[in-house]
Amino acid sequence: MADTLSRPLRIPRLSLSLSGAVVAAVVLVALFVPVLFPVDEQAVDLAAKLRPPSWDHPFGTDEVGRDLLLRCVHGLRISLLVGVVAALVATVVGTAVGALAGALGGWADRVVMRVVDLFSSVPHLLLGIFVVAMFRPGIWPVIASVALTHWLSTARIVRAEVLSLRSRPYIDAAVVGGASRWRVTVRHLLPGVLPQAGLAAVLMVPHAIWHESALSFLGLGLPAHQASLGNMVQAARGSLLAGDWWPTLFPGLFIIVPTLAVAGLAASWRDRLNPRRRSELTL
Amino acid sequence: MTARLPWGPMARMTGRRLLAAVPVLVVVTFGVFALAAASPFDPAKAYAGSAGLGAGQGVLDQLGENLGTDRPFAARWWDWLTAALTGDLGDSASLRQPVAQVIGERIGWSLLLCSLAFALAVAAGTALGVLAARRRGGLLDRVVTGLAYALEAAPPFWLGLLAIWFLALKLDALPAGGLTDTGSDTATAGQVASHVVLPALVLAVSQLPWFVLYVRQGVGDALDEDPVRGARARGLSERTVLLGHALRSGLLPVLTLIGSRVPELITGALLVETVFSWPGIASATVEAATKVDFPLLAALTVLATAAVLVGNLLSDLLYGLADPRVGFDG
Repeated sequence: MADTLSRPLRIPRLSLSLSGAVVAAVVLVALFVPVLFPVDEQAVDLAAKLRPPSWDHPFGTDEVGRDLLLRCVHGLRISLLVGVVAALVATVVGTAVGALAGALGGWADRVVMRVVDLFSSVPHLLLGIFVVAMFRPGIWPVIASVALTHWLSTARIVRAEVLSLRSRPYIDAAVVGGASRWRVTVRHLLPGVLPQAGLAAVLMVPHAIWHESALSFLGLGLPAHQASLGNMVQAARGSLLAGDWWPTLFPGLFIIVPTLAVAGLAASWRDRLNPRRRSELTL
Repeated sequence: MTARLPWGPMARMTGRRLLAAVPVLVVVTFGVFALAAASPFDPAKAYAGSAGLGAGQGVLDQLGENLGTDRPFAARWWDWLTAALTGDLGDSASLRQPVAQVIGERIGWSLLLCSLAFALAVAAGTALGVLAARRRGGLLDRVVTGLAYALEAAPPFWLGLLAIWFLALKLDALPAGGLTDTGSDTATAGQVASHVVLPALVLAVSQLPWFVLYVRQGVGDALDEDPVRGARARGLSERTVLLGHALRSGLLPVLTLIGSRVPELITGALLVETVFSWPGIASATVEAATKVDFPLLAALTVLATAAVLVGNLLSDLLYGLADPRVGFDG
């Protein structure tokens, strides 16, 4: 360890394959569970309300007797949908803005970065709350509010990457070869930026889910009938105060485990993009 | 510390930043008004509340005229801005109180909660970070780092609910929420002290991972550098090397970033205050949002932005102090 040239800390292979397996499982389950288990997750069974976890109901049942495992899976599906759409929108906007600022430079760059700074100085959840409060209810205001607060980091990353690519010889070669500014940006700069933007997008999905569940928990997110993971925690408050922990515990775990798995995957992706940099998981 | 602080440059930087903050705050207020104008939200209906449901359009129009909400949003924004300069932030529709009064009554409780939680997070984060950095890749490091990532991914409201279940319901050790015991109106120091523990603990835990990971990184990197090797070569004890050399140089970058944690602290406070019914400014924000109380929500958004800007300034001042090469030119 005292060696200055010590090898960077490697993410163990086991955790990489584990992360990959979890992410794959989450995506597959969210996509296919309604096909695999065509059971109504809203089916109420008051006789079986608030049962603790058992073989019949591995996660127990909620206050009206709905199976919590099934509800968690459906909640994950909705949260994932919101998270992925929001992350896609934010990535497209962030990449476009960042590439434009980086490629144009000069005053356009300064104006764009000022706008990014401006957005960054309002706490993101608060800005999200404001947007949702004004445009409620529905799924689109939630997606818009999450996307609105998440494009900033992508714009910064893409701009920095474009600025560093701009000084590369192959760009000079393209310019000397008579390529227009538009062509240089779209054909030469953007492809070089995509891996970083893709990494940012993947890391953004758990973050977007986190935001969505926070909004839903505060009662400002998705309508109650579209039970996302945050809605489920909100609905479980009553039974928690009566001493039943399982309706609260499991939806939260469904937020944490995929987040950790994505972070693990992203860390190895980052290693590959940047082999010299020390790999540290960051969320 | 015997060295004199560079008050002059620090004051100049503060002055410059305050000047730069003015346009930012003005633009934020304008954006807030523009968003509200673009939304389907009707202030007259919000003011009338449930009484507005039965009211005819004529009544609502009259109300809108009285409130001045029938005018273009730029004019309303200008009125609000000029009134705000005199300290009049309008009236909160949901709490039926002047906004300035709402902020005055609640901001103290939020500051108490946030400063307690922040101090706790810094102290515990430093301790855990040093422990983890001592042997990177070791068992303790893996446990601490893994826990930090899990806690970072965990939503604070979920942590808060589980804490209520375990510490308030199962162990009956701490009160579950609010500021005072039920049935008592006045907040005595003892009651507040026992009620603040649980929310402060949860808020601290939600801020903890960042500190742990950064201190671990800073101290761990410092342990690989020459001054530490020199200290080891001089035969200093491991304890002196770790706390006297590695921690001192490794903690600096962390301390300078503390100010930039204000947005995360506000995010955490929004969720934790709501879970614990803490009568602070963040729970008022959530309340204002659920009831579409625009005057209150707008004022609190601007206030939070100002807090972030102050945090950034603090961060840069500390950075300049900690590393004289950076200076106070920003």
